[in-house]
Amino acid sequence: MSTLSQLLIIAIGSALVNNVVLSQFLGLCPFLGVSKKVETASGMGAAVIFVITLASAVAALIYKFILTPLDITYLQTIVFILVIAALVQFVEMFLKKAMPPLYEALGVYLPLITTNCAVLGVALTNVSKSYSILESVINGFATALGFTISIIILAGLREKMEYNDVPKAFQGMPIVLITAGLMAIAFCGFSGLI
Amino acid sequence: MGSASERLYNGLIKENPTFVLMLGMCPTMAVTTSGINAIGMGLSTTVVLILSNMVISLLRNIIPDKVRIPAFIVIIASFVTIVQMLMQGYLPSLYAALGIYIPLIVVNCIILGRAESWAYKNGVVSSAFDGIGMGLGFTFGLTCIGLVRELIGAGTLFGVTVMPSFYEPASIFIMAPGAFFVLACLVAVMNKLKDRAAVRAAAKGEEYKDPASCTKDCSTCGSGCGAKFYDNTEKVNTSDEKGGEA
Repeated sequence: MSTLSQLLIIAIGSALVNNVVLSQFLGLCPFLGVSKKVETASGMGAAVIFVITLASAVAALIYKFILTPLDITYLQTIVFILVIAALVQFVEMFLKKAMPPLYEALGVYLPLITTNCAVLGVALTNVSKSYSILESVINGFATALGFTISIIILAGLREKMEYNDVPKAFQGMPIVLITAGLMAIAFCGFSGLI
Repeated sequence: MGSASERLYNGLIKENPTFVLMLGMCPTMAVTTSGINAIGMGLSTTVVLILSNMVISLLRNIIPDKVRIPAFIVIIASFVTIVQMLMQGYLPSLYAALGIYIPLIVVNCIILGRAESWAYKNGVVSSAFDGIGMGLGFTFGLTCIGLVRELIGAGTLFGVTVMPSFYEPASIFIMAPGAFFVLACLVAVMNKLKDRAAVRAAAKGEEYKDPASCTKDCSTCGSGCGAKFYDNTEKVNTSDEKGGEA
């Protein structure tokens, strides 16, 4: 059984030090696509936290209780991607029926998350680092939290940048990428934490 | 339309997935720390792309329309698993360098995009060449970015030192921030070229059509931007506001 400090190290490691977007380049599409306004960015972040935490728990359970006993762990990629796609659909239907206010807030973002490589990436990382189920859930939650932190910071910067005079060729995506690069340099500073 | 050479030209130049369509950016930025890694990733993606295109094209009359996306994903994931196991067995060092990005080929939007927009509608031979063209175009794009980053960041090309000894490598370029900067410059150059093409087309009195422009059809695009959703939500919001005023 892992101690609290081990869990904390995992959490800080995946939220800040190995930030999922800025140092592992997973989930770049929503990071660049949905970061125009802080409001939509936080909605996306909340949806990602919800889905990744749930998906890493389900993936860890399936790996431990179905794939490992049957000795078919090599099928992990196929199984995980199908489970994640089905899970997102299911969560969407469940929220629509059971918690309409939450669905109103997250509903738009849920279908987009199926194609988010961060979800599959976290599930596979959990397996390759042979985390226990609790550690997997913590790692999933912290990774998603790291995503949310960086997308909200980027959205805040982009809101300010609207009024800046950017050279024509660099308008739009290039300046966003440069901003993300500068953020990545800043996040490199966290590597001394662990 | 659909001949082998036309498909190759389309994938390598006209609709190059990296430079023109800007698809599959996650692996593009993650594995281009050196030329070798970039080629390895590009070729593994090419193999998966060719095989999945062929199988999907063969099965296109059998797969029901409504479940085609899950079917595509299963086919693609199977080939990715095969490539992953072969690589683990025969190229362990490359496998270690690419790590988690090998299984993540499954969610590379180029592969699903080609399945949906070409292989599902065309014959086997044409789909195979579409896969070869797109795959080599992707490999070419990755290798170019990888070589630039390796040259600036480490002063080497494919591991061979080419820069003079007084050159101090700017190692930030092989770290994560460098990927963002190189990609930003690349997109800026593409923007410049598109502007020029648009001006030239306007001078001829034609309308310039950007091959990467958003078609608002998210099912075939796979860029994850979700333009359709945001357009719809914004429409809903504005109509609500109008309704409130009325």
